[in-house]
Amino acid sequence: MKDVKVLGMGCANCKRTAQLIESVANEAGVTIALSKVEDLPEIMRWGVLSTPGVVVDGKLVHAGGVPSRELIQGWLTST
Amino acid sequence: MRTFIKLHPFAWLTAAATLWFLLYRSLTPASEWLVGQLPVQRASALGDALQFFLYDTPKVLLLLAGVVMVMGMVNSWFTPERTRALLAGRREGVGNVMAASLGIVTPFCSCSAVPLFIGFVQAGVPLGVTFSFLISAPMVNEVALTLLFALFGWKVALLYLTLGLTVAIVSGWVIGRLRLERYLEDWVRDMPRVQARAGGAALSLAERVEAGINAVREIVGRVWPYIVVGIAIGAGIHGYVPQDFMASFMGSHAWWSVPAAVLLGVPMYTNAAGVIPVVEALLGKGAALGTVLAFMMSVIALSLPEMVILRKVLKPQLIVIFASIVATGILLVGYVFNAVL
Repeated sequence: MKDVKVLGMGCANCKRTAQLIESVANEAGVTIALSKVEDLPEIMRWGVLSTPGVVVDGKLVHAGGVPSRELIQGWLTST
Repeated sequence: MRTFIKLHPFAWLTAAATLWFLLYRSLTPASEWLVGQLPVQRASALGDALQFFLYDTPKVLLLLAGVVMVMGMVNSWFTPERTRALLAGRREGVGNVMAASLGIVTPFCSCSAVPLFIGFVQAGVPLGVTFSFLISAPMVNEVALTLLFALFGWKVALLYLTLGLTVAIVSGWVIGRLRLERYLEDWVRDMPRVQARAGGAALSLAERVEAGINAVREIVGRVWPYIVVGIAIGAGIHGYVPQDFMASFMGSHAWWSVPAAVLLGVPMYTNAAGVIPVVEALLGKGAALGTVLAFMMSVIALSLPEMVILRKVLKPQLIVIFASIVATGILLVGYVFNAVL
């Protein structure tokens, strides 16, 4: 199971990113533990400059803008 | 289409540019023809308003799509990370000028203002330089400039660009001189320093084209309703409000018109897209350009919601100082314009 965190203070793009990740995971049949990180100091610990950021299994994989479906598929299916 | 872009990005760009140009050229005849088909007198107020609306709406949207596409591609070179690396350790002065200029080309969304702010300060970008960036990035943006160009012509667009940059540079410089680091929230000051790295792999042309298309989808998709409503209101003013109506209270003779315009702009949080068409119509009715520019800058640069977001990292004193300095800059712009023109 992959641990996925969406970093962002609740902006529209952050919500869309979380939804998109959930739907891609459902489609691909991957079980994930999705959580949203909205606390500012916690977000900053990951060193992102623009939100939303995405962290998969403790590694920052994306920052700034809603990621594409293909990109998300890549994160979820890689081992 | 996506696979075609991947294989032939250059051919796609050429085809898109040609199509764009042809559409742009046919705007005037198409709108005249459309109005001619409607059962209204071309010379009447309604005919005037309709012609304005039917010509300006597609023109502005088309121009915007083109510019946002190009800027989306340019943006892919200037990620926030790279901009930060460019600014880290810069001295004030040069740093302020660079920060304000980079603010134009670095993609920016007000929801990212806070992480960006902290990230800059953490990497050793001086506070004043960071502010130059934060003022310029939302104020001098491609949407505002395109609308100004489409509705007022290139001179006003250039003027806005120059003045916007000047306000950002000078305000940031003043904030830097005042040594206000103590007004950062404590947890921000205590964050560990980080090394600024550029990072990010080089992109291919196809990927940049896709970034451009995504930008068009996102930005034009977000602002088009504002533009249509703005132009509709503008068209109404154009056709119905009597000539010189605005001169009495937005003209250059009333000294209080500039501060009033700035104050009025603060609580308004529409974007440039909605304001500019209205403002263009007001200008035609005798409002003074300086007053109108001040109003626009205030709407865009001094927004209440952004202040609320910034409150998380800045103590109230610094927010007040920041807002006062920027407001002063905008006031000066307004007065100078009214005096010169």
